[in-house]
Amino acid sequence: MKNFNYIQPKSLKEASDILKKKPHEAMLYAGGTDALGLMKQDIIKPEEVVNLKSVPGLNYISYTNGKGLRIGALTELAEIAENPVISEKYPILRHAALAVASPQLRNLGTIAGNLCQRPRCWYYREEFNCLRKGGDMCYAFDGQNKYHCVIGGGPCFIVHPSDLAVVLLALDAKLTVFGDRKTRTVQLKDFFVSPGDDYQHENNLKAGEIITEIQIPELPQDAKSAFVKFRERGVWDFAVVSVGAVIRKEGSKVISGKLAFGGVAPIPWMDESLNAKLPGVALSEEPVAQLVSEILKKAEPLSKNAYKVPLVRNLTKRLLLEL
Amino acid sequence: MSKDSKKGGISRRKFLQGVGSGIIGSYVLTPGIAKAAEALKKNSEKLILSVPLTLKVNGKQAHLLVEPRTTLAEVLREKLGLTGTKVACNNGECGGCTVLLDKKAVYSCHILALDAEGKEVTTIEGIMKGENLHPIQQAFIDHDGLQCGFCTPGQVMAAEALLLKNPKPTRQDVLEGMSGNVCRCAAYPNIIESVLAAAEKAGSETAELK
Ligand SMILES: Cc1cc2nc3c(=O)[nH]c(=O)nc-3n(C[C@H](O)[C@H](O)[C@H](O)COP(=O)(O)OP(=O)(O)OC[C@H]3O[C@@H](n4cnc5c(N)ncnc54)[C@H](O)[C@@H]3O)c2cc1C
Ligand code: SF4
Ligand code: FES
Ligand code: FES
Repeated sequence: MKNFNYIQPKSLKEASDILKKKPHEAMLYAGGTDALGLMKQDIIKPEEVVNLKSVPGLNYISYTNGKGLRIGALTELAEIAENPVISEKYPILRHAALAVASPQLRNLGTIAGNLCQRPRCWYYREEFNCLRKGGDMCYAFDGQNKYHCVIGGGPCFIVHPSDLAVVLLALDAKLTVFGDRKTRTVQLKDFFVSPGDDYQHENNLKAGEIITEIQIPELPQDAKSAFVKFRERGVWDFAVVSVGAVIRKEGSKVISGKLAFGGVAPIPWMDESLNAKLPGVALSEEPVAQLVSEILKKAEPLSKNAYKVPLVRNLTKRLLLEL
Repeated sequence: MSKDSKKGGISRRKFLQGVGSGIIGSYVLTPGIAKAAEALKKNSEKLILSVPLTLKVNGKQAHLLVEPRTTLAEVLREKLGLTGTKVACNNGECGGCTVLLDKKAVYSCHILALDAEGKEVTTIEGIMKGENLHPIQQAFIDHDGLQCGFCTPGQVMAAEALLLKNPKPTRQDVLEGMSGNVCRCAAYPNIIESVLAAAEKAGSETAELK
């Protein structure tokens, strides 16, 4: 690992100014659980590491009846998993937080870091100078692509690794972003960037921009939610695929809802046309089977990952039938 | 060697030698070197140097100079000689290096030493009471919670964090709480028994006190 200056800004403005002034040399650092791994492997070699934890006031969970939940960017995943209000009002969020990494990593990893973590593509994480690292080819396309995307790919075929992003998408979350001395609000569904538009960044943060808060609207009283993460071992493992569902139903019929998917696309995946088909669906074997056959209809699997399509459909079916 | 680098009454070469040797006056940094570090830091914008760090480890203050890239595990093992903390994967994926930071379990290999400043670090060396084993350590012995023993310090620290937060864990709680620690010898069943037994023993002792 290359040595660096560890900068301890006292305000967002100070942090943002350094990042903006040195977009290539400076990097924002929260819990460091992802960033440190990349630095140890020399995949990123920042000269200035800007410690967001030295900015006060970014670690909180605050719920207002009727308005919803606000979570400070530096809130650790363990705090989210253990918060009683979250367990009661947003159990799906607790579930996703608990599904991340391991207890030790959840004590350090933050919510904003989770949303902004870099891809896990093994070529990216090893010594391959692929497109995303400024090289001129994607090694996964013709290579070992079992864990890569089945939709939305090209010219890079990563999947977005964040578990929280999947449920936050289904929960219709928004982000507050600070930069250029002001804040902006962005819908989470507009935050992530497809490789077709930019294959070197996973989101639309500009140099110097910092997420300060995640907002989740109040859920209707009768909303039901669930998250399922399919992985190959019980801890430390990223999702092979995952599904988040937030549904309102009357009797056994869906009134409205959102499904979001992880592990299938370079961005946390939500298909508006699929969600538009949810209202009216009865939550029983046949109509649900019919609905899930619409999932990833336009998938274009790579040589080794076609299994993801039936896997996602079956997991979604199980999830909906158990709601 | 430039004039500037002699500020603080110590040459840059000597200063860097001091840094290289790791332990400066074992636990305690001499004020002269601290001043030199400050002076050098001010004089050189580009040059990345070691920075002063005060750590509280097992109740004792340690004044050190570290490169910012140094992990907590490196400081514990190489600068403070606390080699009970084991480093196996050095990548946040095995748990061998688990220590407590303000009573929470973290991987010391996957956190910068500078991020532990102002917090209470507890290592396996810090949980014994004099020569007496900690009840969790005793439970690992009584219930055969180890084979080669390499993962054990990390397992014990993860168990300590779990029981501090949840003194009466269910088996499921123990499975989840210990899930961030690999045992290459696969002593898992006995590790779980050891943790449950330690919790039970602590519970019955508190009941007796009452
Ligand atoms: C062994 C291992 C297993 C893991 N398993 C999982 C898993 O199963 N699921 C999962 O979702 N993740 C997993 N992770 C990934 C990740 O480390 C955690 O999810 C964690 O939440 C990242 O947060 P952090 O605060 O440590 O981020 P950092 O490492 O500090 O930062 C990550 C990135 O986000 C940027 N960033 C951080 N905060 C902000 C902000 N406020 N605004 C803008 N940018 C910001 C940083 O610049 C950096 O590029 C795993 C990591 C490891 C090492
Ligand atoms: S999928 Fe993306 S990150 Fe992986 S090798 Fe291809 S270009 Fe690189
Ligand atoms: S050595 Fe730190 S987790 Fe493996
Ligand atoms: S006892 Fe050998 S690794 Fe756990």
